[in-house]
Amino acid sequence: MGAELGKYKQVVAARSADKEILKGAQDGGIVTSLFAYALDEGIIDGAIVAGSYEDDPNVESTASQNHHWRPKPVVVTTKAELLAARGTKYNISPNVSLIKEATRSYGLDKVGIVGTPCQMQAIRKGQLYPFGWRDVESSIALAVGIFCMENFPYQSILQLVEDHAAMKLESVKKMEIGKGKFWVYGKRGQVVQLPLKVTHKYEQPGCHVCMDYVANLADISTGSVGSPDGWSTVFVRSKIGDSVWAKAMAAGVFETQPIEKVKPGLELVSKLANEKITKNRNTLEARKTFGVGKGLRNPFI
Amino acid sequence: MGLLSSVFKKNVSEAPQKPAAPAKAADVVQKVETTNKEVKPVVDKISVGYTHLSGCTGCTVALADNYGGLLTLLDRYVDLKYHLTLADVRHIQKVDVAIVEGSVCIQDKLAVEEIKETREKAAIVVALGGCACYGNITRFSRGGQQNQPAHESYLPIGDLIKVDVYIPGCAPTPQMIRNVCVMAYLLLKGTKEQKELATKFLTPLMNMAAKGTSACFCELMTEVINQGLCMGCGSCAAACPVRAITMEFGKPNGERDLCIKCGACYSQCPRGFFNTDVVSEYEAINEAIMAALQ
Ligand code: SF4
Ligand code: SF4
Ligand code: SF4
Repeated sequence: MGAELGKYKQVVAARSADKEILKGAQDGGIVTSLFAYALDEGIIDGAIVAGSYEDDPNVESTASQNHHWRPKPVVVTTKAELLAARGTKYNISPNVSLIKEATRSYGLDKVGIVGTPCQMQAIRKGQLYPFGWRDVESSIALAVGIFCMENFPYQSILQLVEDHAAMKLESVKKMEIGKGKFWVYGKRGQVVQLPLKVTHKYEQPGCHVCMDYVANLADISTGSVGSPDGWSTVFVRSKIGDSVWAKAMAAGVFETQPIEKVKPGLELVSKLANEKITKNRNTLEARKTFGVGKGLRNPFI
Repeated sequence: MGLLSSVFKKNVSEAPQKPAAPAKAADVVQKVETTNKEVKPVVDKISVGYTHLSGCTGCTVALADNYGGLLTLLDRYVDLKYHLTLADVRHIQKVDVAIVEGSVCIQDKLAVEEIKETREKAAIVVALGGCACYGNITRFSRGGQQNQPAHESYLPIGDLIKVDVYIPGCAPTPQMIRNVCVMAYLLLKGTKEQKELATKFLTPLMNMAAKGTSACFCELMTEVINQGLCMGCGSCAAACPVRAITMEFGKPNGERDLCIKCGACYSQCPRGFFNTDVVSEYEAINEAIMAALQ
């Protein structure tokens, strides 16, 4: 286990100590608890999270394009708003698009943001190279990254759920990727599983050059992989992450277990990270000679 | 990398070398400070000039918006040789780094002379802001304005001279200008390790300068989405100064009539460029920059 897991100060299995949060959580409720705590303590004064178009009265709902499960980046400033925005939506929520707006229209001085590894890369690039992000750099107070193998455009989720799983998006209660399958849980109790193989051709193309699985550049990164059901694996990475995590632990926000003690443990995280990196490095390599004497662009310099 | 170091060798006196040490960004500050204590401060500054062409002074304001940071820069690292508004001297002089704000009106003889003189007298030319890099809003000029109706053709400076470094954006941010100033200082006056770091940091900005003089929302289409690289982060939308970009179903959607051609979106895009080795050191580099300006 090495570079594929990024730099980190510690890694543990954790879950929220807040029963209310845990009840509605996908895994250990880490992101919700962290932000709720950070809001309470004034570590952040708002957070950019993936909300939903469903609750937005400005979006017209039509039969063909109903926007259920379409994520919409929102700025939340209270625990209630935070709780309302929960749940993994498995399609792209461009959270970084609000990073400047959060400091302007919303007037936040200390911004929290949750996002995919690529969004953490965007944040850090923006801190070092703020071409168009005036005054953003020092207002990013807590960046939480989510493990990510690949992501889907909204229309792909529509296709997978309504075409392959034969369910209406509006009747879906929960989606999940795990144990080699894409799971769709209906509100009436039905469960449909699709082999992951079916989903591959619907993945976002930009994900195929992505070299980061565990959000190496987040302050704290988390995901279900590596920990038992109901728990999450948590990497504490930066100085900011370290200080926030220590305070949250001292305040009893989380229950933890040593990662060495849980199954399947860090080996699985490492294995999946390596699989992703190897696959995508090959893609980048193949792009060089994609045409005849001509290739596709490589953004990583 | 070759570009700046060769320029550096030709035109700038060699900086005193410090004994080699591991190239860690965190060490950089320490060295900056030691250097300052050992040599006379003024001698150790880099000389900087500021040529102001057809720009709105927004870039100057952005530079000034570093407040205390600007004073520290001028105090310790930068000897501002000429500037239309911030210095008493306006005429172009020999400098290590010339920063240019604004595009060049080719019907304005003085402007054309000034940009050429700027190039001839500077080791490194930095195009600051959308107008100098890409023409930006001045691209839309068709002349006819009072009191110089015949001034109708405005070119990004790279169409007339060779430019080394770009800082796109409208206005460019105070933080970006600050970061480039600190890195330019390290490049010219730093130790070997500091120069390496600065070169790595500045390389993407040099690549942009080498790439050309046109920018607009279109690069997000041609260089990112068309190349299968967009992952829908939204950095571009956050960067756009005129809100020409919205994210629709996870991809940028450009209101192209609104676009002023500043180049912020594509430069901000992590799939435009992403120098993993530099960005991964973000904590140490940020700390170094902040400490340098304490
Ligand atoms: S796979 Fe990579 S590019 Fe795709 S959403 Fe996840 S982190 Fe972003
Ligand atoms: S910044 Fe680049 S990768 Fe991110 S949404 Fe815009 S075009 Fe796509
Ligand atoms: S879309 Fe916006 S950020 Fe991009 S070049 Fe045009 S004005 Fe600048």
